[in-house]
Amino acid sequence: MYELIVVGGGPAGLAAACAAWENGLRSILIVERDRDLGGILNQCIHNGFGLTWFKEELTGPEYAHRFIEMLSKTGVEVRTDTMVLDVTPDLQVHMTGPAAGYKIERAKSVILAMGCRERTRGAIGIPGTRPAGVYTAGAAQRYVNVEGWLPGKRVVILGSGDIGLIMARRMTLEGAKVLACVEVMPYSGGLTRNIVQCLQDFDIPLYLSHTVTEIRGRDRVEQVVVSAVDEGRRPVPGTEMVFDCDTLLLSVGLIPENELTGRAGVELDPRTKGAVVYENMETSVPGIFTCGNVTHVHDLVDFVSAESQRAGAAAANYVLRGPAAGESVALKNGFGVSYTVPQRVRPQNVEKSFNVFFRVNRIFGKSEIVVRAGERELCRFKRDRLAPGEMENIAVPVKLLEGVAGEITVEIREV
Amino acid sequence: MRELICIVCPRGCHMQVDDGLNVTGNFCPRGAAYAKAELTHPTRVVTSTVRITGASYPRCPVKTAAPVPKEKVFDVMEAIGRVTLSAPVKVGQTVIGDVCGTGVAVVAAREMP
Repeated sequence: MYELIVVGGGPAGLAAACAAWENGLRSILIVERDRDLGGILNQCIHNGFGLTWFKEELTGPEYAHRFIEMLSKTGVEVRTDTMVLDVTPDLQVHMTGPAAGYKIERAKSVILAMGCRERTRGAIGIPGTRPAGVYTAGAAQRYVNVEGWLPGKRVVILGSGDIGLIMARRMTLEGAKVLACVEVMPYSGGLTRNIVQCLQDFDIPLYLSHTVTEIRGRDRVEQVVVSAVDEGRRPVPGTEMVFDCDTLLLSVGLIPENELTGRAGVELDPRTKGAVVYENMETSVPGIFTCGNVTHVHDLVDFVSAESQRAGAAAANYVLRGPAAGESVALKNGFGVSYTVPQRVRPQNVEKSFNVFFRVNRIFGKSEIVVRAGERELCRFKRDRLAPGEMENIAVPVKLLEGVAGEITVEIREV
Repeated sequence: MRELICIVCPRGCHMQVDDGLNVTGNFCPRGAAYAKAELTHPTRVVTSTVRITGASYPRCPVKTAAPVPKEKVFDVMEAIGRVTLSAPVKVGQTVIGDVCGTGVAVVAAREMP
């Protein structure tokens, strides 16, 4: 019986396991389905990681390396090349791999850190033929950066999420011609700095409020058709542009990979597509915690590390000192807010303040983030600009929740 | 007056720079330094991969240890493309001592045992 089993050895799992060790757990197992630890960081060879966490600018593999080094100084056990098939509500973890075959391990606590996967062509239903040459941006990233294959020479990118933007630069540096980046929304889904250093640096045009309306080609992509869309995101006839290209990369969103979570009986949030969590990243099933992109999709790995550290510490607390107690207050997303993490807070379990992470559902100028209980305002936070592509976070002093029962709401007021 | 978006960190400050290179709108001093450099001699860190033999993958990620002049980015890519390493490789190991006369080294970014 392990004190803790961590499912996934990416940035979330690594930080969670290290934190659990630091907080006193001594029998911890990480199960990772890939050959190496590090997860998606291994293919994110660009820099910009670690500015908050390590106060320096690292590439993805270097960021992973720092945590792998830290882990190697602990007694945490690691099984790579091993896939978790099931986590039961009574914390049995079913796993299989070529070395040990099918195994069932029992644990006193489990941290789910499986990350997320990309949405595909099927998820957005692009009309046209079904030739080779349509890749998700992350798959292309793995081909180029890990396997050493360039998936195409003339490229159109649909979606302006960060991976798409990063791949626009990467493909250009490797000698491909990136013709356009096409975004259905009137704003980019990626970080502003990536628009600058990945598109503008290489004069790659960004078409906002446009989408791909047809893929042409029999065996291989030959052309894609791009059209403007109206406010309802419907293509506008007569606005078609045809690009001669051999490759279409899709950067159209990420989905937390929560099949195991659901089967463990954990309550899921349709807004985040991840587990409903308390302030310490505990789920609705006692002893099961989740952190990182499987909980909600982050922009920055630094925040994944911070969140996962809290999950690791909380799992240690749970095993060594028993379940967290106290009534909970629900967090609701009000005007302008798409979701909040956590979704529930137990004031008794918070020392000074708790952080609330959320995204806005459109671009806001100068505004205030307001937290209220019914009509009573608890606190407000000023911001110069809010954008859906950039996750926000506020620290709410727990003493403000005195006398609050039921729920609080986080909302945006433009000023 | 030039408008500039800072790329130093994910915050992405919207900055204004006047003709005397006075910077406003930056959250931290690194933004001001970036804005001045960007308008006088822009630089970038280049990240890419080199071939590697004897490792579990055929490519090893590398980066320039410091920013290089922006106009040399494609020259640096070409120099990186001519390198083949053999495993084992340590993080931070020098791959090219001085790339394209920039005085900047290219170093390995992943442990490849």
